[in-house]
Amino acid sequence: MKNRFLKATFAIVLIGAYFVSCKPKNTSDVAVGDAAQRVYVAPGKYDEFYNFVSGGFSGQMSIYGLPSGRMLKVIPIFSQDPESGWGYSEETKPMLNTSEGYIPWDDQHHLELSQTNGEVDGRWIFANANNTPRIARVDLKRFKTAEILELPNSAGNHSSPFITENTEYVVAGTRFGVPGDYEDGDVPINTYKKNFKAHISFIKVDKESGEMDLSFQLRLPGVNFDLSHAGKGKSHGWFFFTCYNSELANTLLEVNASQNDKDFIMAVNWKKAEEYIKAGKGKIEKARYAHNTWDDETHTGKSVIKEEVLVLDATALKDIVYLMPCPKSPHGCDVDPTGEYIVGSGKLAALIPVFSYTKMLAAIDKKDFEGDYEGIPVLKYNSVLHGEVQKPGLGPLHTEFDGKGNAYSTMFVSSEVVKWDIKTLKVLDRHPTYYSPGHLSIPGGDSKKPFGKYMVVYNKITKDRYLPTGPELTQSAQLFDISGDKMQLLLDYPTIGEPHYAQSAPADLIRNNGQLKIYDIKKNNHPRVSKGEKDTKVVREGNKVHVYMTMIRSHFAPDNIEGIKVGDEVYFHVTNLEQDWDVPHGFSIRRANAAELLIMPGETSTLYWKPTKVGIVPFYCTDFCSALHQEMSGYLRVSPAGSNVPISYSLGTNLPASSK
Amino acid sequence: MKTTNLSLVSKVMLLIVGILFIASLFLPLWRIELDAPQYPEGLTLQLHANKIAGDVNIINGLNHYIGMATLHTENFFEFKILPYIFGAFGLIAFALIFINRRKAVLVFLITFVLFIALSAVDFYRWNYEYGHNLDPNAAIIVPGMAYQPPLLGFKQLLNFGAYSIPDVGGWLLTGAGLLLATIVWVEYKYKKTT
Ligand SMILES: [Cu+2]
Repeated sequence: MKNRFLKATFAIVLIGAYFVSCKPKNTSDVAVGDAAQRVYVAPGKYDEFYNFVSGGFSGQMSIYGLPSGRMLKVIPIFSQDPESGWGYSEETKPMLNTSEGYIPWDDQHHLELSQTNGEVDGRWIFANANNTPRIARVDLKRFKTAEILELPNSAGNHSSPFITENTEYVVAGTRFGVPGDYEDGDVPINTYKKNFKAHISFIKVDKESGEMDLSFQLRLPGVNFDLSHAGKGKSHGWFFFTCYNSELANTLLEVNASQNDKDFIMAVNWKKAEEYIKAGKGKIEKARYAHNTWDDETHTGKSVIKEEVLVLDATALKDIVYLMPCPKSPHGCDVDPTGEYIVGSGKLAALIPVFSYTKMLAAIDKKDFEGDYEGIPVLKYNSVLHGEVQKPGLGPLHTEFDGKGNAYSTMFVSSEVVKWDIKTLKVLDRHPTYYSPGHLSIPGGDSKKPFGKYMVVYNKITKDRYLPTGPELTQSAQLFDISGDKMQLLLDYPTIGEPHYAQSAPADLIRNNGQLKIYDIKKNNHPRVSKGEKDTKVVREGNKVHVYMTMIRSHFAPDNIEGIKVGDEVYFHVTNLEQDWDVPHGFSIRRANAAELLIMPGETSTLYWKPTKVGIVPFYCTDFCSALHQEMSGYLRVSPAGSNVPISYSLGTNLPASSK
Repeated sequence: MKTTNLSLVSKVMLLIVGILFIASLFLPLWRIELDAPQYPEGLTLQLHANKIAGDVNIINGLNHYIGMATLHTENFFEFKILPYIFGAFGLIAFALIFINRRKAVLVFLITFVLFIALSAVDFYRWNYEYGHNLDPNAAIIVPGMAYQPPLLGFKQLLNFGAYSIPDVGGWLLTGAGLLLATIVWVEYKYKKTT
């Protein structure tokens, strides 16, 4: 009996072992064997690519090196950044100004590098703010936000910022239809179909300076524009947008906006729109939106409120927009390097439709319409279709290209990335990702000239990929080598915020674009700059006190200040006199209701401070600048309101007795 | 033709010598390269005939920690007279073509060599002066440490390695000296018997 019991136990254990061994292999051993070598960048050596990654709900953009995955910098754009003083210093506050005042945060989704002839040119990168619709331009010589433009008549600036092949326009579509700012917005929500409109903004970019100007907006039915991409090469002159909620639902969208079997890809002939604008068909509408620009020589942002926008009613005019039916609430809208194929990713669809630009033109020519939607002609699906990728996976979201005839699509639901042939539409390879990928990015992958060596997939779910850090986890990017037939997983690396789209450029293109090392102090035109210690002073103007201060290794000038009173409003205008690479200084003062200032060599920055207590207040340098950094400090005396201690200041000598 | 007269080749060489002297007026003569762990890109001090150039301000800023006096072009009388001296050397070289006497070239060569020797002494004197005459209240005082840069070649000064060598202009002057010496040598050695 005993023996039989033992045998039975043994058998159960064996069967159990069999089932355990049948379970798919653990994810941790999926990387290829020599992956470590292929992502290793030796100390002091540089990565091959700059990888610019959107910060999502952090509002910022982060930059990594590829293939190492090492983080190089976070550039503050739409959110306050106490680390650098962005949004805290008097100079940077105007950059976050909007038509409704200062806004300290946003949700940054997509990035687009500037292009010339459809190729990445390494000059600027554009970023969208999703929540309070804005577009920013980051200057890649300084790695600093140079400009932020607010968009009127828009809500949920999601299908942006995508650009035309010579950066003629940055284009921004709205995810939420809303009544235009120039209309009465006080309407019942259930009048959506009648009163809600979607506006798409065409922002002109100056060829030399990069400065943006809202050229015109297209007024369209209130569908949700999700993503977009410009035509290129032969399809230059057109822009393609995915749209969902063609049901025009205004409640429980997850059900009500998923009713139609097909939504649309909207094709916009923007050259035609330009013609109508030239012919005076646009209408100037009242609007209020902020245009914020950074001046490199005054080291100061300026915010101007604009009052007008040119609106073109796209449904009232012919030949500007056409709709291509696209299955099931399409998300990604990607155009291949030749400009011929437009890939729509229906996130609920079991296939990926690929549209042909040539067929689209022919269908428009033949008026091959199946009807119209809210006054816009709808082309016949079969007339514009190049073909469908069958069974690509579940939940296709985004597609990028390698320039060798292949496309790569992320599958959110089946958690994988799928490689397929653009022409034959055959699936060539698939690889699991960890877990549930959103966007993916190949260097130059949405341009005419992709650098098809690496691919990064940005996952939405992290779970067990790294050491646990409580309920809130980092986000996870995964690097693949796509140079061969099979995709090879090389590396996981954690990212800040929640990355959506990302772009990459060859390191040399950015590195050799005239990178700035310091700001030339001779060109510093800040109205309150001190170009040397002899220019420093403390000036009282009523209850406002302006402190003109300098910093150089390893002291402030002045570093003893008296005559400040409770209730004063003190402005520290601090200039970093250094003209040497990588010698920033920081400025912080006790109980300042702000952040520090981090000041680059040759730059002037201003901190506002309102003393509320009598006493001695120290200030110090926050950036370990030199061997005597700890000595880089000073004292400020705060006297009671109404005190008659005069303003005095000094460096290196004790103040005269009269001030005691 | 008298043996004491110059050959055509020598005259052409004198012309080149004159051009080299004039060219050196517009180019840096000497450079001191400084390297430190935190300065992988290096710092350079360049001495022209009429000024100190290069990363002077950065070097002055760093030197205040050890109490070294700051470098300013206007504190050196040399920068006021050197341009005239080199200009004059250039003109003399041109004039020698017409003077057409090998002895005159010899005298010029000796003058030039003496001038270089004097300059080296002067350069050493300034290096010594700046390297030793330190502010007693300096933040960093290393007992027994002086910061005199080398006259020529390499020397480690705390975290900085200093490398003192001729710059483009200096090489032009070297070339001028060598050409002068060649003229003298050829004129005296190979024309003795003719
Ligand atoms: Cu400091």
